[in-house]
Amino acid sequence: MSAFNAIGDEREIDRDEFTPGLEPQPTWCPGCGDFGVLKALKQALPEVGLTPEEVLTVTGIGCSGKLNSYLDTYGFHTIHGRSLPVARAAKLANDGLTVVAAGGDGDGYGIGGNHFMHTARENHDMTYIVFNNEVFGLTKGQTSPTSPKGHTSKTTPHGNAKSPIRPLSLALTSGATYIARTAAVNPNQAKEIIKEAIEHDGFAHIDFLTQCPTWNKDARQYVPYVDVQESDDYDFDIHDRKEAQEMMFETENALYDGTVLTGRYFVDERPSYQQQKKELGEMPEEPLAERYFDDDAEWERSYDLLERHK
Amino acid sequence: MSDHELIWRIAGGSGDGIDSTSQNFAKALMRSGLDVFTHRHYPSRIRGGHTYVEIRAAGHKVQSRGDGYNFLLALGDSFARNPKEGAYYGNEEIKPLSENLDELNEGGIIVYDSGLLSEDDVSELDLEERAEENDWHVFPIDLRAMAKEHGREVMRNTAGVGVTAALLEMDLEHIEDLMRDAMPEKILEPNLEILHDAHDMVTEEYDFEHDLRIPEGDHEDEQALLSGSNAIAYGAIDSGCRFIAGYPMTPWTDVFTIMSQNLPDMGGISEQVEDEIAAAALAVGASHAGVKAMSGSSGGGFALMSEPLGLAEMTETPIVLLESMRAGPSTGMPTKPEQGDLEFTLYTSQGDSARVVFAPGNIEEAYEQTRLAFHVAYEYQIPTIIIYDQKLSGENENVAVSFLDREPDPSLGSTLTEDELEDLPHDESGKFHRFQHDVENGVSPRSLPGQKGGRFLATGNEHTPAGHISEDPDNRVFQMDRRLEKLEAIRAELDEEHDSNQTYAGDESADFGIITWGSAQGAVLEATERLNEQGHSVKAVGVSDMMPFPEAELTEFIESVDQAMVVEMNATAQFRGLIQKELGRYGEKLTSLLKYNGNPFEPADIVEGYELNVDGSDAEPDAQVRIEPAAGD
Repeated sequence: MSAFNAIGDEREIDRDEFTPGLEPQPTWCPGCGDFGVLKALKQALPEVGLTPEEVLTVTGIGCSGKLNSYLDTYGFHTIHGRSLPVARAAKLANDGLTVVAAGGDGDGYGIGGNHFMHTARENHDMTYIVFNNEVFGLTKGQTSPTSPKGHTSKTTPHGNAKSPIRPLSLALTSGATYIARTAAVNPNQAKEIIKEAIEHDGFAHIDFLTQCPTWNKDARQYVPYVDVQESDDYDFDIHDRKEAQEMMFETENALYDGTVLTGRYFVDERPSYQQQKKELGEMPEEPLAERYFDDDAEWERSYDLLERHK
Repeated sequence: MSDHELIWRIAGGSGDGIDSTSQNFAKALMRSGLDVFTHRHYPSRIRGGHTYVEIRAAGHKVQSRGDGYNFLLALGDSFARNPKEGAYYGNEEIKPLSENLDELNEGGIIVYDSGLLSEDDVSELDLEERAEENDWHVFPIDLRAMAKEHGREVMRNTAGVGVTAALLEMDLEHIEDLMRDAMPEKILEPNLEILHDAHDMVTEEYDFEHDLRIPEGDHEDEQALLSGSNAIAYGAIDSGCRFIAGYPMTPWTDVFTIMSQNLPDMGGISEQVEDEIAAAALAVGASHAGVKAMSGSSGGGFALMSEPLGLAEMTETPIVLLESMRAGPSTGMPTKPEQGDLEFTLYTSQGDSARVVFAPGNIEEAYEQTRLAFHVAYEYQIPTIIIYDQKLSGENENVAVSFLDREPDPSLGSTLTEDELEDLPHDESGKFHRFQHDVENGVSPRSLPGQKGGRFLATGNEHTPAGHISEDPDNRVFQMDRRLEKLEAIRAELDEEHDSNQTYAGDESADFGIITWGSAQGAVLEATERLNEQGHSVKAVGVSDMMPFPEAELTEFIESVDQAMVVEMNATAQFRGLIQKELGRYGEKLTSLLKYNGNPFEPADIVEGYELNVDGSDAEPDAQVRIEPAAGD
């Protein structure tokens, strides 16, 4: 018998199950884009047939890091920039779990940039949602890696001299196999993209545009948006790396000119890291964590290794 | 003692095969019934540079590298040949001979490769004169030519072993067996020919005027030759550890590679990742999901782990971390031992810390305490750290095979099953009270993601029983007290249910005590025995529990003596500071003997420190060790 019976539970799920009881009330400001991520996740998870207990959400620090405080799954609110290494180890230890990691643009593209690059490269089977509001929110409005050039804040009083990071292009170059951008102002698209990302076998990166009504002067910074799949102006093959790359580049430039392009940008069938490890015999077929509850499991001993030392 | 023991030093350049040759020779000595202890000295370079391995072998237990040595096999540094004039690493060819002479004991043997080292270079060493003064027996032998005759020049190692065996009147049987196991057929044959040629040539051509012969010994049980890194890795495997994440850094890399080479075949997972922050965070993530996990590094890499270490403390996620010290600060001396990271390891990361730190003093303790570290981590949901150093990591000792013949311990400690979860408190929304206030020993049992009825939030912020972030003052005090209470419970368990982790030696009634910790232990215990044999009255304790501190044991020890000397390999007397902090007194009773030149203590260093303490003599200690007077002196 499994020690993790929530995994694979196929009962009907009411999305209210993903909402905690009375407390806690979100600390997000009225009009915050983070509510959009929360709502989209609460809708997407039951629609792909998941129960709260088979999902592990791992978050970093900042307003975005509070996501799993308001979403009733197994949750791990980690430390600034470190959601990905915690998340991918949890998935390796128990690959029956559905793992969703989340963080902000400072958290995910700044302090956690190195982990982002490597998790994408390794193509871990998980979903990574980055709340991109172009600003540090919880520390009160400092310039972030996605803030536009010229952005003024307390840390860049004369304007930001740096060009913003290109999250979609970075994800592609690093090796992510599902890359999309959506926006809190577009809840239906967000939900559908999250569902696809969760069902994708590999590292799915969602750059999630979340408006910050408090620290970005224009609280409506991400409207109006354009869905590149719905619009007749854009035509590219999301399985073609080169075409996707060009489309991402255009999208990333357009954002700072006030044109908000969203949608799916790249999907690749490269096997996930977990799959590759298993093929190499570097990872057990059954979830490793199950083994500790298996009374019949045979535990090899170091004694078996002594021959070479005699 | 030196009459009864062999301390064989093989010297050459890094890359000259010193390691593999010495490993086999040490095993041959062990198989012939002797106790062995090896010591590696090497530079932070891939090829070339002065490197040696010392093997001490005797018919009795050997606990340290010993004092000096009595057999030098100087192969010459083949990578230093034809150096550019004035090059930084140039002109070192002779170093394996020249650098080692100062430590060679009276009556010792020197074998050097006359095929590699030029007569001009050797003549500059005044070797004949020094040999006469010290009664050294010098054998210039063209090892290179012998190797070339049957195979390749690089096989001159084998010729050196053959010469060694002949001079010691040692049987070739074990050496041959080990060569057969280690070498493919193609290179085995020429090597065997070289071995025998060298052996026969020496036996026929030389008079054996030297006194040194292979010591006699016998083992009751079958033995295995293990390094400290082997012992830690095997302790982890036997604890059910099946997940390791790391980033290479000397000397921690040894454990990491041993685990990586074994875990996948045991159904486990090893991950080499982008940096040490990630490595420790992976250990946290894997453990959170229900696998016994470890990570580790050496000083500079361990510095990066302070964030995930604190996260493990706050979320009460069990992990085991290794801190394999090398000389610091910063990147320091990568291949040299030091005990300079004690304070750093005890207090790394922000806030009031609850972690457990063990400092094993030898190979057997390394195995035992790794098992203990896993037990404590998973039972008490607390990070445990094993602090050791380059010396313990790289030294090899023989251990009875029966010592490792133990049952594995795959218990996840205070982790619940789904059945157990059903009966425990949940809040209105069905969240499990993972971090309960009132629990025995401060330990609140945990659930694992994927279990029915165990849903909770783990967070590095202060949190309520269900894991919600909270700054409520009453909750804060409850949670903080509960986390810290675990340390007291662990101390109580260590005192009551386990044999003391501290190791004692010497005369119980002595009024002079020596206190040490970690890998300095072997030399201290040996020096203590020697002092007592010489008619002094001395006792010693090697301390392994760094946190929680063995307050009662150390108080008893210090109270029982008039004066105590704390021996450690660092410049600022960190362990003496810890004792005084933990016990709150004894400033006037404790002196320090410190060594931080990159070489481990020899027993003679400690004997000298004792004499200086007791005599209060004006003599300056050897420049390589330093006496730190008691407070108030």
